[in-house]
Amino acid sequence: MFLRGTTGEAGDRVFKTAMLLCGSAVLAMLVLIVYELVLRSGPSWHAFGFKFFSGHDWDPVNEQFGAMPFVYGTLVSSLLALLIAVPLSIGVAVFTTEMCPKALRGPLSFFVELLAAIPSVVYGLWAIFVLVPILSNYVEPFLARTLGWTGFFVGPPYGISMLAAGIILAIMIVPIISSITREVLMVVPQHQREAALALGATRWEMIRIGVLRNARAGIMGGIILGLGRALGETMAVTMVIGNRPEIAKSLFAPGYTMASVLANEFSEATGDVYLSALIEIGLALFLVTIVVNALARLLVWTVTSGQPSRANA
Amino acid sequence: MPETTKSPALHTVAPIALSRRITDHVMTGVAVLTVILVLLPLFAIFAYLVYRGVGSLNWAFLTQTPKPVGEAGGGMANAIVGSGFILALASLLGVPVGVGAGVYLAEYGQNRFGDVIRFTADVLNGVPSIVIGIVAYSIVVLSQRHFSALAGGVALAIMMIPTITRTTEEMLLLVPQALREAAYGLGIPRWRTTLSITLRTATSGVITGIMLAFARVAGETAPLLFTAFGNQFWNLKVNQPTAALPLQIFSYAISPYDEWHRQAWAGALVLIVLIVTAVAAVRFAVRRGTFGAA
Repeated sequence: MFLRGTTGEAGDRVFKTAMLLCGSAVLAMLVLIVYELVLRSGPSWHAFGFKFFSGHDWDPVNEQFGAMPFVYGTLVSSLLALLIAVPLSIGVAVFTTEMCPKALRGPLSFFVELLAAIPSVVYGLWAIFVLVPILSNYVEPFLARTLGWTGFFVGPPYGISMLAAGIILAIMIVPIISSITREVLMVVPQHQREAALALGATRWEMIRIGVLRNARAGIMGGIILGLGRALGETMAVTMVIGNRPEIAKSLFAPGYTMASVLANEFSEATGDVYLSALIEIGLALFLVTIVVNALARLLVWTVTSGQPSRANA
Repeated sequence: MPETTKSPALHTVAPIALSRRITDHVMTGVAVLTVILVLLPLFAIFAYLVYRGVGSLNWAFLTQTPKPVGEAGGGMANAIVGSGFILALASLLGVPVGVGAGVYLAEYGQNRFGDVIRFTADVLNGVPSIVIGIVAYSIVVLSQRHFSALAGGVALAIMMIPTITRTTEEMLLLVPQALREAAYGLGIPRWRTTLSITLRTATSGVITGIMLAFARVAGETAPLLFTAFGNQFWNLKVNQPTAALPLQIFSYAISPYDEWHRQAWAGALVLIVLIVTAVAAVRFAVRRGTFGAA
């Protein structure tokens, strides 16, 4: 080693300082992210203030910027994704921990986690050429016929839509929610299950009373973590959502999200205010995901008692 | 679980009401259905990747640079190499810092400051990759005045560090305390113990963590959009725009040309295969090592 020959104490001090620097670098990165985002979103903040988030116009030519349609698109696509993904993820987690034969447990979790390893751009590619045609040919016409009266499923079924974005996001966040839920279900004490069974509960009643109820806080944490991922997801959504800054009630209509507008317009943004408006969207996205993730971590930590979760790994 | 209600021994107990038994079966059915619904897209994606990808894959794809619109042929060789180049830069920057931070947390971090770093790392893990792209843009691209491989590397490094930090810490904490004490007992200084005993013992686990982080950023597109930017030609200069496989897949996928769609599928297949082989190769290489390839 390069320090061979020096006394242990001097070596220790140098080594500890070096490691401390690395550790501090993690903290410094977060500070740097905040600093850069706040600094560079300044011009937009000065020009529009809070109106930035309630404004509807996104007009780079006249330098009028309102982020409302993007905020709307991000929220709606993420909530739609949760609506689809949460029941699926909990179902998968319950099946793997409580119902399936032991031998199937490993492979099943492996397959579900494999979903998390697929790059976002590959999801997008698949969505464009497989999911969107299925939606426009079969699913959307069907929804329009049966549920058109609600107003959420009207308009031309082009496939490229808020609905497509919600579905692809749902597929992407299932592995996160289900792996956290599985972790949480596994730490529910065995005697809770035995107690429920001893009272004559069927297996489902045992799961409902003895397992799910005890795991509520942790499952909630997993769901919020999934939400955090959905809010910031960029590529797959950009490829299928249509990228039009409009607010429409119908899920068949195209939309635009905060992350997508960054992906599409950032490298072509001309003018300080335009760039700064985009960075302000980035700042907002950052703050929301920080809050959401911190909340989720705390929830999961309280349940698994400090065991670090590996969901994002 | 077997059908206990039919067992004659239990007939002395009042049988479970039909409605409850039906609910039980229905819920089991629902759970199976959710599993099928979740695995369906997984298999559909892989099936399509192979089906569309293999047909489009050829020698030219792996050895040539992109052809202009309208000309058939060409490939993504520069993007494949470019991705490797950016990832190498990212690993060069991210791995030492990430491992160092993990060592700090495991060996010196049992205090308030350690908890702060732990929490920060977890929070950083959840920052959207596109936001990290913005930051790398404003730090590197704005000061260099053009898009560059370095900016892409910095963005990916920032994404790798939190994952590496947390897994390194976990793996080091798995090393038995007695091993450290034995080393101290022999008069070996603490830093030397950490490097030659603790870290050495946990090598395979630490490398697994690094590969996880690597696999996670290898497919990232968003943070490269306005850092590495992409390039139609060869580039191995740190301060020049560089092609990357995910970027190329993205721009070909949203293009209106069939020929480019074909190549996007081939690119996606190559990307997945590269990620999987990289991870598998390292896992295989470290398996013969010590313990705990998590």
